[in-house]
Amino acid sequence: MSASTKAEYAASPAWEGGAAPYAIGSKKLGMWLFIIADALTFASLLVCYSYLRYATDNWPRPFHTWPSITMATVMTFCLLSSSVTMVFGVAAASRNDRGAAAKWIVLTILGGLAFVVLHANEWRGLIEEGVTPFSNPWGVPNFGAAFFTLTGLHMTHVVIGCLYLGVIAFAFGRGKFTPEDVEVSGLYWHFVDLVWMFIFPMVYLLSNVVTMGAH
Amino acid sequence: MGAHAHSGGSKLYLSVWAWLLALTILEVILAYRQIPFQAMLVILMGLSVVKAALIISYFMHLRFERFSLFLTLFPALIFCVALLFVFFPDSIRLHDLRVP
Repeated sequence: MSASTKAEYAASPAWEGGAAPYAIGSKKLGMWLFIIADALTFASLLVCYSYLRYATDNWPRPFHTWPSITMATVMTFCLLSSSVTMVFGVAAASRNDRGAAAKWIVLTILGGLAFVVLHANEWRGLIEEGVTPFSNPWGVPNFGAAFFTLTGLHMTHVVIGCLYLGVIAFAFGRGKFTPEDVEVSGLYWHFVDLVWMFIFPMVYLLSNVVTMGAH
Repeated sequence: MGAHAHSGGSKLYLSVWAWLLALTILEVILAYRQIPFQAMLVILMGLSVVKAALIISYFMHLRFERFSLFLTLFPALIFCVALLFVFFPDSIRLHDLRVP
């Protein structure tokens, strides 16, 4: 959002029936509302995963330190770093430095792509072990169903995010879109990062092969 | 929280990033400790909530928006997520009251 628009939005101290009760543009508010709805989708999948896990006695723990836990940690690093490059992209966009913004966003996309490649490779490893959404060697078919649905939906979000940011970087660098559009795309990207902060401990760390405990 | 005109500088973002990485490493280290499962679950989820709060407050700028935006979005989300836990007694029933 440009400084003048922001000042205009912020001019009225409280909502008086004006156009922007939260002092933000409607695109940004729309993205926030989408994020809240999407957060509920992921929350229900995480709750579903936990439900199945508690109800199942011999829940599989296929995640070894190498490669799974190490790779998942590297993937977390990729996503966190891509979030910080996105922040710099949004900051450059708000200064109307279109070239710099596009470069930072391209770096963000590279972080996202690294995540997707590492994750797909991990999926390949599990599939080679015989894990599918319907069966696995440990006789707990729910594991594959829960794991692939949860991580698959997240990976879909990352892929869509890369495409979304690609369009934004390409067009913003060529003078289209406003800084607010870049900020809105940044909100989406940070949300995708945030969801992984729950999937990583819940699915990987709590199912590594050395963790002790009943379930 | 409030409608501040500024929204932090590079230093702030880099320190948030460093904190997020440090918390991630702490989680990985804790996952290899022999801690009872329930305690581990609470600790790891607690740390994840802290990381989520850092991302939402600083990277997503919510700390620099009007407080009314936070009040509109998050209490409802937290309430709905809490409602999802209504299913857990059934999960416990499936596990603990299983016919052998």
